Amino acid sequence: MTTLLNVKDLRAYYGQVQALHGLTFSLNEGSLTTLLGANGAGKTTTLRAICNMVRSTGAIEFDGQPLGSRSTENIVRLGIAHVPQGRGTFTAMTVEENLQLGAITRTDKAGIVADIERMYAYFPVLKQRYSQQAGTLSGGEQQMLAVARALMLRPRLMLLDEPSFGLAPLVVRDLFKILGKINREEKVSILVVEQNAQLALELADHAYVIETGRIVMSGSAKEIASNEDVRKSYLGY
Amino acid sequence: MELFINQILAGISTGAIYACMALAVVMIYQAIDHLNFAQGEMAMFSTFISWQLMQWGMPYWAAFFITIALSFAGGIAIERVMFKPLAKAPILTNVAGFIALYSIINSSAGLIWDFTIKQYPTPFGSAPFLGSQLISTHQAGMIGVTILLLIGLYAFFRYTRVGLAMRAAASLPESARLVGINTSWMIALGWGMAAAIGSIAGMMIAPVVFLEPNMMLGVLIYGFAAAVLGGLTSPFGAVIGGFLVGIFENLAGTYIPGIGNELKLPIALALIISVLVVKPAGLFGRPIVKRV
Amino acid sequence: MSAAVEEVVTEAPAVEAVPKRAMTLGTGTSLTVLALLVVAPLFVKNFIIFQMTMLLVYGLAVLALNILTGGSGQFSLGQSAFYAIGAYTSAILMEQYNVNYVLTLPVSGALCFAAGFLFGQPALRLSGVYLALATFALATAMPQLLKLNFLEPWTGGVQGLVVTKPDAPFGLPMSQDMWLYYFTLVITIAIYIASVNLLRSRSGRAFMAIRDNEIAASAMGIDVALYKTLAFGVSAGITGVAGSLGAIVVQFVAPDSYTITLAIALFLGMVVGGVGWLPGSIVGSAFIIFVPNIAESISKGLSGAVFGVLLFLVIFAVPHGARQVAIVCQQALAKYKRR
Repeated sequence: MTTLLNVKDLRAYYGQVQALHGLTFSLNEGSLTTLLGANGAGKTTTLRAICNMVRSTGAIEFDGQPLGSRSTENIVRLGIAHVPQGRGTFTAMTVEENLQLGAITRTDKAGIVADIERMYAYFPVLKQRYSQQAGTLSGGEQQMLAVARALMLRPRLMLLDEPSFGLAPLVVRDLFKILGKINREEKVSILVVEQNAQLALELADHAYVIETGRIVMSGSAKEIASNEDVRKSYLGY
Repeated sequence: MELFINQILAGISTGAIYACMALAVVMIYQAIDHLNFAQGEMAMFSTFISWQLMQWGMPYWAAFFITIALSFAGGIAIERVMFKPLAKAPILTNVAGFIALYSIINSSAGLIWDFTIKQYPTPFGSAPFLGSQLISTHQAGMIGVTILLLIGLYAFFRYTRVGLAMRAAASLPESARLVGINTSWMIALGWGMAAAIGSIAGMMIAPVVFLEPNMMLGVLIYGFAAAVLGGLTSPFGAVIGGFLVGIFENLAGTYIPGIGNELKLPIALALIISVLVVKPAGLFGRPIVKRV
Repeated sequence: MSAAVEEVVTEAPAVEAVPKRAMTLGTGTSLTVLALLVVAPLFVKNFIIFQMTMLLVYGLAVLALNILTGGSGQFSLGQSAFYAIGAYTSAILMEQYNVNYVLTLPVSGALCFAAGFLFGQPALRLSGVYLALATFALATAMPQLLKLNFLEPWTGGVQGLVVTKPDAPFGLPMSQDMWLYYFTLVITIAIYIASVNLLRSRSGRAFMAIRDNEIAASAMGIDVALYKTLAFGVSAGITGVAGSLGAIVVQFVAPDSYTITLAIALFLGMVVGGVGWLPGSIVGSAFIIFVPNIAESISKGLSGAVFGVLLFLVIFAVPHGARQVAIVCQQALAKYKRR
């Protein structure tokens, strides 16, 4: 198992306010890791810091390469796809254009066409709506579109920010099933931030718990799920 | 009736000027999401460059294409030097920047080429077009160029990856960066393209209004109006808007008594605003679906 | 919720949120500025006093735009039209009907308030560039309307009207210029204080709620239409008073003094002073009065270009206008005190 992402002593700031206080964690190639934590713990900030969308200090290495002060778009070009909170759908464009945009950095035309078909196979509903303005899609459909758009990059690592947010439980189940499948079949490593700890732990192989900008616990998903404190505070039983 | 039809024809031929300018306006709006008040002056400056090239003995079409290339580069340069540093500044500060740019270009052109009116050649000739006294071959040629530009732009935005990336960068910069688009360069590219289209508009308009540093003042206002009327998101709408504004202007001048030339502009604008009150996104603008 | 935030943010509020308290100056600073304004004219020549009076007049007009744009988030390029209405109201009342100049001010204010309120009605449906275009139309129409033939008996047509300069009352021993300065100063201060209080009031909070998020404001039960038109009315009213004062001070009104150029200058004044920061209005006013003169003195032929470059330098250095300077000073001061 090689380490794909290595984060050391990550500190992030919003203006004067410090949001992360020295976060250290790593993610193995091919793994599906989840970051758990309450509101305001710094989960979203962590993902944003990896993509250099917020001012931060510390060392982040991707595949042995320091990300340093690379711009967001250059980090993405290394193969890190980020599905942001709120999905970041290009609402005024069609579903298919959204998918095309996901592959905007690639140059293999045939591969892009094939990948769009593959996405339609994962998410048949997108195929039905391919020429529709993306803003007219339902929340769940938009989330699927966001995941599909991220996969169009052919990423090595996918960062997902609260994919379950605002979706009906059944839709979430479906989505998570597909995420697991993508992780296994496409060999895409996934780092998912979730408030729905139970679901996330079922899906993931590894987990970290953050509280007020620090990692307070780490281990395999099973270990974390069986931890007394986690059960009480995040799983609620 | 004869008068009415003649006025409409005359409106279409002045409308072609506005359509051309409106296209440039929409172009920059697509790229940077606001209206550039200095757009007309940039076009004027480009036109002077082509005039200067021809004064130095260059044939029309060579000067035409070299000017387009220079304008493209110039537009990018202006963005990199003057507006990139303002990228994080509030929108209204950017608008102040446009006004500053306007002032700089206008004043420099006046100093370099002075304020006397200059003749500007047309490549299409100025004979009556198809025997009509109201539309000359130049105006017909201008309409043709506008339509060609429109088709070209449509294809660019619809079918090319750069066009798609530009649209994405303009509509949601953060998401665009997350799919790997260098949004900052997309903006520069938008400025370059707008400057290039503006230069074409300027070179087409100059034979009609004559070349001088203030030639674009009225044209730009009507061009804005046309772009807004057509819907700022639609190049097609901009062109139709241009023709409509030309027709409005001529009909108002003819049929509303006691207006004279001076009040034509306010009346035309008032009409456009009435249209906007009914259709706030413009005639052809795509209303964006909002989920709240 | 995240979806809603996303969508609304793409509407890009043209004006950043300025916290209420940050819209004004502290008491100490205010008193210092006031003392300066009161004492300064005693030591300078009449022409400088005249310029200082114009500084206050334009300061008022910029303040009015600031209430509209900085307060309620609506953009206007039509302020020159209301300024013109105010100026002509005073000129006509004074010259054709022999009304005392002091009494013309409230008439101008009320007339312009009504005009602004009415104009605000159709403008309600418009925002952003569309509103800019609508107000722009108003600004371009105004000089032409003033030139109309059938209004000539009142307006004096293209020639305009000459306004008589009032003497200092009660036999006060001061020049006409100095009297007008203090007269303008008193009115400016009164309007400034009233504006500050307006923005701190219930209505002011409604303005700002609309500026920051119109949909949310209406969901909170704010009558968006009413407050938006009200903001237009108040802004137009103050601009009208500024126009009246301007006419009396300059002693002349003519249609071409009130073109779109004036509206653009007022806009630049607002940006340079800091959008939404009321004390900045006077700084912005100083910019639009003095910087063109400075540009002219640097290079006659290229004065426009020099002005443009100077404007660029200012917005590069302080993209948020004079407000930014004030905030930096305040922070430095706070640090110094803590030490």
